[in-house]
Amino acid sequence: MSVLLETRALARHFGAVTAATDINVSISAGEIVGVIGSNGAGKTTFINMVTGYLKPSSGDILFKGESIAGKAPRQVMRTGICRSFQVAQLFPELSVLDNVLIAYGMVKQPSLSLFKPLATAANIQQAEALLDEYGIAQYLPEKVLTLPQGVRKLVDIALAMLGEPAVLLLDEPTSGVAIDDKFELMDTVMRAVRRCGAAVLFVEHDMDVITRYSTRLMAFYEGRVLADGPTTEVMNNEQVKEFVTGHHLDIHPQQENIHA
Amino acid sequence: MRSFTLLLMALATVLLLGLGWLLPGWLTFLLTIALAKSLVVLGLLILMRAGLVSFGQGLYYCIGAYCVGIAGHYFDTQNALLLMLLAMIISTLVAAVIGLLLCRYRDIFFAMFSMAFSMILYGVLIKSAAFGSSDGFNVKPPLLFGWSPGGESGPLLAYGLAVVAVMVVCSLLWRYLRSPMGYAGEAVRENEIRVEYLGVSVQRILYTKYIIAAAMAGLGGAITALAAGHIDPDMAYWTTSGEFVFIALMGGTGHVAAPVVGATLFELLRTYASQISPYTWQMILGIALLAIILFLPKGVWSLLERIKKGKTS
Repeated sequence: MSVLLETRALARHFGAVTAATDINVSISAGEIVGVIGSNGAGKTTFINMVTGYLKPSSGDILFKGESIAGKAPRQVMRTGICRSFQVAQLFPELSVLDNVLIAYGMVKQPSLSLFKPLATAANIQQAEALLDEYGIAQYLPEKVLTLPQGVRKLVDIALAMLGEPAVLLLDEPTSGVAIDDKFELMDTVMRAVRRCGAAVLFVEHDMDVITRYSTRLMAFYEGRVLADGPTTEVMNNEQVKEFVTGHHLDIHPQQENIHA
Repeated sequence: MRSFTLLLMALATVLLLGLGWLLPGWLTFLLTIALAKSLVVLGLLILMRAGLVSFGQGLYYCIGAYCVGIAGHYFDTQNALLLMLLAMIISTLVAAVIGLLLCRYRDIFFAMFSMAFSMILYGVLIKSAAFGSSDGFNVKPPLLFGWSPGGESGPLLAYGLAVVAVMVVCSLLWRYLRSPMGYAGEAVRENEIRVEYLGVSVQRILYTKYIIAAAMAGLGGAITALAAGHIDPDMAYWTTSGEFVFIALMGGTGHVAAPVVGATLFELLRTYASQISPYTWQMILGIALLAIILFLPKGVWSLLERIKKGKTS
């Protein structure tokens, strides 16, 4: 598998605080990588650096062999790396339809036409089709502000997927979502991901979600990658048990990777 | 819906042009100034929809007016269309430079910075003897390709130009607000982070909007100069910019017609308030604004929308 994303000795400091240091990872096409770690372990900092939200203090980020370190989020997005957020980043006072139409207009035509109408029948139809793919077409006229967390998360991910990414970074896609809805949400996302063939890196606190969907796992601890490898291996790593998960888990092979 | 709105606008143009011949001179003049100011407020509407409140649109209003005055005074130009075009071009060029700095700021910082630039112009003009210092100077009456209605009908030319300019700008703005760039304003106001992650520069969106708003303010200033026949540095003073914000709040930003309604109401209110109470007319304006904020926070236009919704339900 060809390497898409690679980081070399990536580090980020906030004054005397080291949020991330010496992060050397690579993600290949088609991989589904889970990321675990306690709060403050550097997971979101890592995603923020890769997607241009934060400039690395040192180190390099390569996408398809070219450095993207320090590029603005919009430039990173245009290279083929898209992301969703821990707290869904949408246009809350607007309807879901307007959210998708705006995103569609921006992604497909970044020069932003001044007089060509956006809400054409064809564009509305495409917005409906997109949301239908995520099973949320019924929310089209609703204001984002009124939506349940799970639906907001799906809209957030749907907008990220509009960019047809080669690498999709999901920051806690199931946080704030009801336990019963987590798997359904992840199933929907993974179906969409498989269709576009993107590699996925997702940060998650729910170990059931991690073991079910990731083929590879990275455990962060105090800004470093403590362990990186096949999910079962990392979950059974003694250091990971001690510093990250905090307990021993019985991982049965049949539970794993059913969507891999 | 689209063709219906455009048809409505065309009808309104004809009606307003016809009214010019019937209305008394003072009211025609008042409407001309209201229409000119509504052009500035239409620009403000674009900015407000993007979450920016400018307290410095007086800068471009004044630049537009002085373009007309200076071109007439020093270059003997009276062609109204040429003067209006010149005002828009110069305003655009100034905005293209100032916008590079201003579009980095938001909220109160944007508001205060924009005001600072207009006050700089005010300060420069008030000390410039060549431009009439604090008295300003008179502007030659406009001509349309060498023609003027002349006599008592003279002000009708400025009125006609104001009507046509407002209608053209409203039609273009109506289309603009439905375009990807139009929607982008609301997107920026709602969530800049998401806009960046959709691959578009927030700076570029705001910069474009700032320039468009400046061009419209310049046009408004030019029409005011042509109608009033006099310009002075007060056009760049912060109270003039505040007036535009007042009108925007009064009319609302829900529709392209809202600033036109707001500006007309404002001019009527001010005229009658100063007639009824020459020393405390500002208090009447203040009470009116308070009432609007309390009872119609989305402006007078929202009243029409409420009535429309009531009828539908």
